Amino acid sequence: MTATAIAAAPGRTPDPEQHRRDRRRSGARRSLIRSIPLLPAVLLLAVFLLGPVISSFYGSLTDSSLSGSAAQGASFVGFDNYIALFQDPDFPKSVLLTFVFLIASAIVGQNVLGLGLALLMQSANGAVRGVVGTLVVGAWVLPEVVGAFAAYAFFSADGTLNSLLATIGITGPSWLYSFPMLSVILANIWRGTAFSMLVYTAALNDVPPEITESAAVDGARGWQRLRYITLPMIRRSISTNLMLTTLQTLSVFGLIFVMTGGGPGTDSTTLPLLAYQEAFKFGELGFGTAIATILLIVGALCSVVYLKALKPEVD
Amino acid sequence: MKRTLGVVAIAATAGLVLAGCSAGGGGDANTLKVAYQKFGTFTQLDDHMKQVKAAYEEANPGVTVKLIPIEAQQNDYFTKLALMNKSASTAPDIMYEDTFMVKSDADAGYLAPLDEYLGDWDEWDKFYENAKAAGLGDDGKTYGIPMGTDTRALWYNKDLFADAGLPVPWEPKTWADVRDAAETLKAADPDVIPLNIYSGKAQGEAATMQGFEMFLYGTDDTLYDADSQKWVVGSQGFVDSLEFIGDIYQDGLGPTPEQALDKNVGTSIANEWLPQGTLGISLDGSWLSGTWLETGTAPWPEWNDVMAQTPMPTQDGQEPGATSMSGGWTLAMGSKSQNKDAAWKFIELALNKDNSQSYDIAASQIAVRSDVSEDTDYQASNPTFGFFSEIVDVTHFRPATSDYAKISNEITVAMEAVMTGQQTAKEAAAAYDKAVIGIVGEDGTTEAK
Repeated sequence: MTATAIAAAPGRTPDPEQHRRDRRRSGARRSLIRSIPLLPAVLLLAVFLLGPVISSFYGSLTDSSLSGSAAQGASFVGFDNYIALFQDPDFPKSVLLTFVFLIASAIVGQNVLGLGLALLMQSANGAVRGVVGTLVVGAWVLPEVVGAFAAYAFFSADGTLNSLLATIGITGPSWLYSFPMLSVILANIWRGTAFSMLVYTAALNDVPPEITESAAVDGARGWQRLRYITLPMIRRSISTNLMLTTLQTLSVFGLIFVMTGGGPGTDSTTLPLLAYQEAFKFGELGFGTAIATILLIVGALCSVVYLKALKPEVD
Repeated sequence: MKRTLGVVAIAATAGLVLAGCSAGGGGDANTLKVAYQKFGTFTQLDDHMKQVKAAYEEANPGVTVKLIPIEAQQNDYFTKLALMNKSASTAPDIMYEDTFMVKSDADAGYLAPLDEYLGDWDEWDKFYENAKAAGLGDDGKTYGIPMGTDTRALWYNKDLFADAGLPVPWEPKTWADVRDAAETLKAADPDVIPLNIYSGKAQGEAATMQGFEMFLYGTDDTLYDADSQKWVVGSQGFVDSLEFIGDIYQDGLGPTPEQALDKNVGTSIANEWLPQGTLGISLDGSWLSGTWLETGTAPWPEWNDVMAQTPMPTQDGQEPGATSMSGGWTLAMGSKSQNKDAAWKFIELALNKDNSQSYDIAASQIAVRSDVSEDTDYQASNPTFGFFSEIVDVTHFRPATSDYAKISNEITVAMEAVMTGQQTAKEAAAAYDKAVIGIVGEDGTTEAK
């Protein structure tokens, strides 16, 4: 580097360009030294976050498989898995089911119900708050498999729900078989609402009461205060919560797997279940990984949309 | 502070990773890992392995046998086994391997060829030739030593048949006869499940083999043309088989689809439905009675007075009048084993005459060693052995190719689509054809004549 610099300036006349370059280089060196403390964190992120993403993407470009000759050494097949995926009639159905599940159970169900509960609990007395809070958080505290089994026991053909219906003389349908999506959506709302409720309770506590009070003095009705004061003020929490519940819901696997196994047929096969089926039931690791990569992209897109739409950084 | 934390974190991670490597490390040469299935009513192999382990450790001091029973339904078992085999630190030395997976797993490099040991094993001659063939890989080497084989037929409850006014012994000649009997059972007692056919993705290979193939091989069509080595697509037999199975479920002559799609349905059938008389007919395997023996998980002393067997008829009674499917399991050696000689000794011990016989009796297996099948103790141990050995004459074997496992999955997809009414038999068969072409390519298939 120095050698070329000398060769380019044989007369060794002071060169303003050269000087600036030197300064920039030393500036770069300084900031490089300053960023050394960040290195461990960056390394950790790279190893545990970026690494899996890259290996997932690479895996989706191979014909890696659990058995057969491809298990010995997977070969690179380019975008074959993606082409096959887009031609597979199960795929669009699965994407649609994933969005139905996401919108109904997370974006509408968990968020709206969570916010509603948080608002109601604000004006409730201590005892009610304690009881409701415990009940709601109880569902969330259960480990996923236990929660899923509880939901299975509730919805199954001779389960709790149908026993309750029977006492008032109604013969309930076989929920998990006839309404698989409805069942898993309700179960996911039941399980996930607590999270939204906790986030919104914390956010509502941060809204200064004097602002809402002064709005009330100005004659704003309840819903107007909610629309023009409360919601804009907790916008950042809404954005964070939407993003977290979306990502959680996109990756829900155990709940659906235990309740319906993705069935009957493919009627509740969301993308994680489809990926599992292809990778571990049918042994097509590469194909399954392609589905997982698509799921990753969907999650990333949703996050970007929330960040843009709700602009949490602007105040 | 942050940096120290980071350094500590990296050090800890590195430590964990290293510990992970060394803890597995392929075990050591003095530990033999034996992986096998233990699920639901199938506990006989677990008992067998425990006995062999004790005998082996006594005869070979210094070598420890580590039993790894995998509690999973059949297809999950294959998945778990394959995942274990993928890494040298978890790969078993000896594994319980279905004959239809041998070729595929040998191809994958999971299994070690056994030919060098077989030359010195004087008992290898006792095994029947067709059983030996089931353990061959695509390269012609032997990868699995057969433990026993099986056939499949209709099991029916004589009491329920008598109550419904159906003749006993029952001798259906066509598929229509089977359906008629199911309808009669249903009319006589609506609470009885008339006919069970294993079906759907949850049952995996059991659905393909006990269910679908028991029909398809009784039509004029077949799954795989062995002469041209091509998979048959667009066959009427395929559509007819799907249609029959779909109709049984859609017309309420089978279990409800949600019962049938439950992974535990096999256990329910053997432990509850048949002994309690809630199921009339089950298209099931020759091993079924193993559950009801004293050594089984649900002893049922009267089973042989209540249950009877009849061969599965062909579609319209065409020659040879009946059909069956045969499979069977083997013991195979892991290619990543660090002590292959010790592993071979274990297989040799586990499948010698006495051990083969005790296992075949306990698990109701059709013997694959001539010295076992000719043994009077074996013959007398189970009254159904005679029947199930006889239908070996009409039995079929699954296509011996490494693609079979994938294609079998596609069959379960088609079955589930028709049993739940999501597709007609024609649509499901067309989807299957497309999937098969996707697996083996246009050149690997042939149109049915």
